[in-house]
Amino acid sequence: MSNMQPLVTIRGRKDGLVLSLNDKCSYDSLILELKEKLLVDTRDHEGPLIPVRVEAGFRYLTKEQKDEITDIIRSKKKLYVDEFNSHVLSKEECENLLKQTQLTSKTTIVRSGQVLEIEGDLLLIGDVNPGARVIATGSIYVMGSLRGIAHAGKNGNHDAVIAASLMKPTQLRIGEVISRSPDNSNDSKNGQNTMECAFVDPTVKQIAIDRIQSLFKRNKQLARLT
Amino acid sequence: MGEAIVITSGKGGVGKTTTSANIGTVLALQGKKVCLVDTDIGLRNLDVVMGLENRIIYDLVDVADGRCKLNQALIKDKRFDCLTLLPAAQTRDKSAITPEQMKKIIDDLKREYDYIIIDCPAGIEQGYKNAVAGADKAIVVTTPEISSVRDADRIIGLLEQDENLSSPRLIINRIRNHMMKNGDMLEIDEIMNVLAIDLLGIVMDDEAVISATNKGEPIALNPSSKASIAYRNIGRRILGESVPLMALDDKPGFFQRVKKLLGMR
Ligand SMILES: Nc1ncnc2c1ncn2[C@@H]1O[C@H](COP(=O)(O)OP(=O)(O)OP(=O)(O)O)[C@@H](O)[C@H]1O
Ligand SMILES: [Mg+2]
Repeated sequence: MSNMQPLVTIRGRKDGLVLSLNDKCSYDSLILELKEKLLVDTRDHEGPLIPVRVEAGFRYLTKEQKDEITDIIRSKKKLYVDEFNSHVLSKEECENLLKQTQLTSKTTIVRSGQVLEIEGDLLLIGDVNPGARVIATGSIYVMGSLRGIAHAGKNGNHDAVIAASLMKPTQLRIGEVISRSPDNSNDSKNGQNTMECAFVDPTVKQIAIDRIQSLFKRNKQLARLT
Repeated sequence: MGEAIVITSGKGGVGKTTTSANIGTVLALQGKKVCLVDTDIGLRNLDVVMGLENRIIYDLVDVADGRCKLNQALIKDKRFDCLTLLPAAQTRDKSAITPEQMKKIIDDLKREYDYIIIDCPAGIEQGYKNAVAGADKAIVVTTPEISSVRDADRIIGLLEQDENLSSPRLIINRIRNHMMKNGDMLEIDEIMNVLAIDLLGIVMDDEAVISATNKGEPIALNPSSKASIAYRNIGRRILGESVPLMALDDKPGFFQRVKKLLGMR
């Protein structure tokens, strides 16, 4: 065994460790060697926990396997798993990813009491009325009036944006960031008929509204649409 | 084969019963055979507005349960031979009848009458479901108040999901004088922007409506009141004529604008 190529290699980086796992051997022998490596490779270490990136190559790790590896690494050393990286996805994960990047367009008026929820980005040709709700895991684009509630980036995506031809929402949510309309809005009279866009301002973690043009500067994801 | 139109609103007290009585009356005035159906079981008052309360022997629930024939429950109007009322039961509740029974009754009436006008109770529960069960078309009544518009929107959403109904039309009731005087059409404009359905008419808030109601005589019979003219125009629009909205004020611009709202060429 000893003169064979190691199944587990550990490299140091300035921002932590990279743990590369052989993707051809059996999972059991991998775990065996991982435990061994972490025992042998003892170093006295003072200071904070060190992040570890696990590279699994072309091996598909199940949730249970990932948990096991995470536990081993955490128990043996002053280490913690920061991220898993691999070249393979399950079919389900793949389909989910695909859904997240899809743009669904709908032509309708979402009326009071109605909820329109989709995976990915939503292009709504129509209005969202007061008391109505549109929800997307991605961004929301309303070609019409947004008067109800819009919730973009439902699963916590802060890069999601909300755009509307007429931006008069009762509430906006992006990820878990919530903002509501001002109580004394002196609206409509300004005659400003430009399309507007809401996004999470990363410096203050609050929702900001700007002209739609500002998006090109700050959001690379929007390029997907073009 | 006649046409059944349900008059609904979501919110209570906005003028469904008043609208039903007056639309029935103006269609009868035009010589159509009309049956008014009160589905507000337990809180009936279409019979009172029509001044026919003292003639009720059988009601809607009696017909549904087979205690009488449909014809026995129909009450002939005092003024028009071609106008009848099917009253609601006063002592029962909304669950006393099912949407299937309701549809059967409306279908039977459609064979005899040109128009069946169905007065819907407030709310979106059983009573609403009964009222829309047999309808072909819907008229949504709202007042220019935000809560009333919100409920109208909710109802329109429900009506649009019902594939048996063609897209609903709107009546804005109880427009107050000062709104017109200021030339302030914004309110109506804003309502139309949100609800985005066809406008069938607007009716002024008119003292005469209340006194007429108390006398059991629909306002539409009194040709000199503003509300009466509004109802007559609504009746003509239901019959397919394109009638411009009456000029409620002398201010120019208003008229133009409402024409636009009405989708007139
Ligand atoms: N255009 C009007 N001008 C003045 N008063 C009106 C007008 N329309 C309706 N009203 C009054 O408003 C009150 C409520 O009207 P109505 O009973 O028709 O409402 P409704 O929607 O049928 O109510 P409910 O939900 O209880 O059935 C009545 O007193 C009626 O006379
Ligand atoms: Mg009523």
